Amino acid sequence: MSLLEVRGVTKAFGRTPVLNGVDLDVPSGALAAVLGPSGCGKTTLLRVIAGFERAGAGTVTLGGVRLAGGGLHVAPEKRRIAVVPQEGALFPHLTVAGNVAYGLRRRDPRRSSRAGELLELVGLQGYEHRMPAELSGGQQQRVALARALAPDPHVVLLDEPFSALDAGLRASVRADVRTALHTAGATAVLVTHDQEEALSTADVVAVVRDGRVVQAGTPEAVYRAPADLDVARFVGEAVVVLARASGGLARTPLGVLALAGGGADGEGTVVIRPEQVRLLDAGQGSPARVLDTVFYGHDASVRLEVRTGKGAPLAVLCRTQGPLPTGDQVGVAVDGPVTWFPAPP
Amino acid sequence: MRAGEGGWSAAADVVLRERTLWLVLRSVGLTASVTATCLVVGIGLAWLTTRTDLPARRTFGVVAALPLAVPSFVAAYAWISALPGIAGFWGAFGVLTACTYPYVYLPVAAALRRADPGLEEVSRSLGRSARATFLTVTVRQVRPAAAAGALLVALYVLSDFGAPSLLRYDVFTRVIHSSYRASFDRTPAAVLSILLVVLTIVITVAESRTRGRASQARVGSGVSRTAAPAPLGRLRLPAVGACVAVAAVALGFPAVSLGYWLVRGASASFDPGRLLDAAGATLGVSLLGALLTTALAVPVGILAARYRSRGVRTLEHATYAGHALPGIVVALALVFLGVRYVRPIYQEAPLLVIAYAVLFLPAAVGTVRASVAMSPRRLEEVSRSLGQGQWTSLRRVTLPLAGPGVAAGAALVLLTCMKELPATLLLRPTGMDTLATRLWTETGAGAYAGAAPYAAALVLLAAVPTYLLTRAQARLVADGTDREVGTAGAATVELERAGTR
Repeated sequence: MSLLEVRGVTKAFGRTPVLNGVDLDVPSGALAAVLGPSGCGKTTLLRVIAGFERAGAGTVTLGGVRLAGGGLHVAPEKRRIAVVPQEGALFPHLTVAGNVAYGLRRRDPRRSSRAGELLELVGLQGYEHRMPAELSGGQQQRVALARALAPDPHVVLLDEPFSALDAGLRASVRADVRTALHTAGATAVLVTHDQEEALSTADVVAVVRDGRVVQAGTPEAVYRAPADLDVARFVGEAVVVLARASGGLARTPLGVLALAGGGADGEGTVVIRPEQVRLLDAGQGSPARVLDTVFYGHDASVRLEVRTGKGAPLAVLCRTQGPLPTGDQVGVAVDGPVTWFPAPP
Repeated sequence: MRAGEGGWSAAADVVLRERTLWLVLRSVGLTASVTATCLVVGIGLAWLTTRTDLPARRTFGVVAALPLAVPSFVAAYAWISALPGIAGFWGAFGVLTACTYPYVYLPVAAALRRADPGLEEVSRSLGRSARATFLTVTVRQVRPAAAAGALLVALYVLSDFGAPSLLRYDVFTRVIHSSYRASFDRTPAAVLSILLVVLTIVITVAESRTRGRASQARVGSGVSRTAAPAPLGRLRLPAVGACVAVAAVALGFPAVSLGYWLVRGASASFDPGRLLDAAGATLGVSLLGALLTTALAVPVGILAARYRSRGVRTLEHATYAGHALPGIVVALALVFLGVRYVRPIYQEAPLLVIAYAVLFLPAAVGTVRASVAMSPRRLEEVSRSLGQGQWTSLRRVTLPLAGPGVAAGAALVLLTCMKELPATLLLRPTGMDTLATRLWTETGAGAYAGAAPYAAALVLLAAVPTYLLTRAQARLVADGTDREVGTAGAATVELERAGTR
């Protein structure tokens, strides 16, 4: 049973449509990622859920109670939906403790203990009396999360909270935030344009394109069984190859490959992930030549040119542990099932 | 409206008089020459103090802003009391230039500090010489700031009453005042006031036209780095000389002259009781004026910063129009209004306080808007998502953040009220004297020594906050890391612009 339900939400600024009927379900206690390129409307969706923007049409329901839609618009302060904006947006005139306790009632007896509790949850105990300007970017982000969790909201919305952090810090803050959210048992929606962040952090990923959710599912489902070619390309690197399918198999220039899901027939394309491409010695598999290598440290990404006998050579990507000399002759094979997309009629 | 009462033919008579044509030419000529000189002096000083290896440039940077604290009629008094021969155009031109060039200098210096040196480096790396880069890139970046500054100078000169009057140069404001004083027929004063307002509107519209085009050429912000200073080489000494000369004309000479008359005045008949009375009265009406103005400005400023609807934008434009209304015109309007409709408070303190509010509300709204805009809207949203209502969010987040800026704005309105001359002269309660009006009366009677204590008291009152403000701005920019520097700088300029009006 979903805690947060968004149904057919539209929104336009002037004549520019931004959301074109968004559907989104977030189960209780889950962390959902809304993934999309910049300008796809994901931040607007967040602001509609928070109540900062009025939806044009559609409904937003929280635990069976309608928040927006059908002429109804519950004020943001009555929704119990807390936000963690980009760059934290801490109140600069309040201490860390003052920020965290901001959403608690003045006479709440747990006021001071609750602030300490939450700072401990995000790993910042002892920082109560600091001012926001004295904190690093990652610390500010964690205080912002503690502040959002303090009044025990139904849902926490995170708007690209890690994009202002540098790469090294991002991974650790991301992990801390995930742990803190799970420990608090909070339901959360994370907006991001970073597919790696979405896949590694979330329980559910919703891919947004042109103001619409084009696919929603577990990170694995979205990566392994993308709804269309664009999603396939957006959630990870993809090698797209023309193919002819029959009886659960696809004939491709890289050999005959098993199809995930089976039963397809006719002309189309298959999507192969680079980690499925295996390098062989020259003379084995399909013959290929190394074009260039991009070295990342933990692994490398090699661009290959596969000679297919007829037609133009085929560009293929694969992962290796280190760089290969440009111009080397190798062979390639493909492991595991590949995803089938029928050719457009 | 008042102009029409004397009959349209009488009004037409005034407009068509040959004297009136000369009056227009004199006012426009003075305004144009002062504005042009201010642009040269202001941009030159701004460039020297921000972008070159001028010795002690930080000190010069602060000193260059200080003339803002000298009310133009005080400077006029200092000059004419020492050199009676300068009365007329050259005196008015010199004194007004010395007093108003900071209106160009301050925004241009701020723009130069904010301007992205990366752009200049790109231009150099693409093969343009240093001189060509300065002319094509740097000047373009400061053009909007310089245009806005020039507008303020022009409006100041057109509306200034004290300095031209003391220097006996007949421009609109002086003639309006004397024709109002001289006869019971108020038609000439009213007609001339309307002409003056038309002139200010023409200038304001012209400036906003150029600004509209210039702002498209403006570049995005995002600088955390200052430009490498340009070496002056052999021009170092002349540059220092120029800075010193400007400071001497704008600050040094008036200070010396004032000091001389103070010493003379101490031996002459000087009544400390009267000085205290005048200071007390000044503080009293100014405090009331500042309170009323700020109380009116806070709601309007919050609206202007938060809700960008068409109505609010119109209100904001009205704000700029308000900047242009000469004090003498507002004062005359209130005199007519007071005599006709609110007799009981005519020549009583309340009407004077209302006049202050009318005159300085635009500036106060500007500071409130700038300070509210410094507190990001997102903070209010966060506050609401944490269960706090709209008004609670305003009270707990926006007002505390905007508070210091609003308070500084109120303090500056207070100062500006203290220095206000024409409206105070016409509207003050019978028998009450402020520092400014005493200075006016004594100087008018040729009693230069008697005027000195009042002038000194005024300058002291005005100098301290101006100095602190300039320092605060310099520190903000020096920090450089603060994202809000741009807005803070804008707020400060807005505050300073509100000064010495």
